Amino acid sequence: MTLATIDVQNVSRAFDMLRAVDDVSLSLGEGEIVGIIGTNGSGKTTLLNLITGYLQPTSGRIVFQGTDITGLGPRRITALGVARSFQVPQLYTGLTVLDNVLIAIAAHSGRGTDFWTPMYGREQLIKANEVLSRFGLRDQAAGTVSNLPEGGRKVLDVALSVILEPKVLLMDEPTSGVSARDKFSVMDTLMPALKEHSVTTIFVEHDMEIIERYAMRAVAFDGGKLIADGPVTDVLARPEVRRAVLGED
Amino acid sequence: MSRTATRLSVIAALVVLAVLPLFLSDWIVFLIALALAKGAVVLGVVLLLRGGLISFGQALYFAIGAYTVGFLANKFGVGEALVALPLAVVISAVIAAALGLLLARFRGIYFAMLSLALSMILYTVLIKFYDFSGGTDGLSVRGFSVAGVTSANPSLVQYYLVLMLTAAVVYVGARFLASPLGYLMQAVRYNEIRIEYLGASASHAILASHVISGGISGLGGALVAYLVGHVSPDLAFWVSSGDFVFVAVLGGTGSVFAPFVGSIAFEFIKNYAVKFSPHTWQLTLGVFLLLVIYVQPQGLWTLLTRLRAKPR
Repeated sequence: MTLATIDVQNVSRAFDMLRAVDDVSLSLGEGEIVGIIGTNGSGKTTLLNLITGYLQPTSGRIVFQGTDITGLGPRRITALGVARSFQVPQLYTGLTVLDNVLIAIAAHSGRGTDFWTPMYGREQLIKANEVLSRFGLRDQAAGTVSNLPEGGRKVLDVALSVILEPKVLLMDEPTSGVSARDKFSVMDTLMPALKEHSVTTIFVEHDMEIIERYAMRAVAFDGGKLIADGPVTDVLARPEVRRAVLGED
Repeated sequence: MSRTATRLSVIAALVVLAVLPLFLSDWIVFLIALALAKGAVVLGVVLLLRGGLISFGQALYFAIGAYTVGFLANKFGVGEALVALPLAVVISAVIAAALGLLLARFRGIYFAMLSLALSMILYTVLIKFYDFSGGTDGLSVRGFSVAGVTSANPSLVQYYLVLMLTAAVVYVGARFLASPLGYLMQAVRYNEIRIEYLGASASHAILASHVISGGISGLGGALVAYLVGHVSPDLAFWVSSGDFVFVAVLGGTGSVFAPFVGSIAFEFIKNYAVKFSPHTWQLTLGVFLLLVIYVQPQGLWTLLTRLRAKPR
């Protein structure tokens, strides 16, 4: 059996009496693309927070490429190759789009405390422009992030995590807030690139059309428990998933 | 403003400052040198302000730099600037590194208050340990020389020394502001979560900036020690730190030149305020700062850039 890229083993997280994530096990191989579905409060975002070390599990283990990463903080886990984007974009709002991208590039090359070489280096600018073009942000490069529309911020947030060339990418509702028109074009540029680099991808999504189109595998959550895991069409067809996630009687 | 325009302005400013002693009286030249040396300390404050951190204890490094010069001259008979100045920078930076390990864990008002507290500890030590610090009397700085040469006109030599080192400090500051660390400090102000999720560390960025800030401020203090010829615990007092923050706000934080513009303005206003209203000079300074904040909230520096932008 090949080694799982990310292996969540019987992980639970309780907030007082509430079991936000309840004994969840999930194993992902290299290059797998998994969509997570579930209603609000079913534990999807908490799971991402647990995997990236923002929260520590009450019990259970998380293993990345054979290494136990349980208990490590976001910085260490990110440096190992697990990147994430956020439901509410986490950006440097007072800086320009280009600044944000260049900071990510500098951080990725470990130059966070370099106080001598200019951040606006020629190579870095070429790379930044390439990223901005790919994500359709080139025209807004010189603009301040706070002036960017919500959809643009969302795309930039994803772009920052992709710059880190991660082995695992976790995305929390990558297309929420992006206009219906742009949703698919964002995913169409992102997904082939992730596939090409065999990036193991987990994304939380409420839009079943996006799940059907881009995920290879779907995982459904309800009340902190993993209730279904398998090929997308199978999972979406199951009655318990239709009841709990899609709200059908 | 284009890069060439900036370079030309810098060269012009340096040339003007270099020929000033030919035209102006000694006390004005002294005041400018003092303002430039203190401007280096203000630049230290500004580097941390980039990260939203208000150092209310910058006088600590100012005093460490000054006392390094004082000790060497007074206790060891070493007035050689080429020995004392580098040593002042190194000692200030090392102390900034040690204290930075603690300070980098705090933000906002906690950072400000802790830095203030640390500087007041130094103040108390300087006052109480009379045998080695001279207590409130302080230490006199004697025997100033550069590369073994003792000039007949030391204040002129000191002026050019200050001018050269100010240029060097401005250069270091400019490199810092354009570097990944400079931008990461701004990032600290906006979003620390994202920094961690880029695999970088906000604390490391603050620590590194604090070391640079401390070193630069220590150099400023060392230069002031030579200019004034005396060091006393007042240098580390909180009022001294307050002045640096005051000047940082007055000059603005948008440019590496702003602290020096602010510092020159501050020294001259203070000088004339004391002359014309000896009992209410602080009031004059306060009113002036309020006026600047009201008219030009980004500091005096933006006034200069705006004047220059107008002809277009």
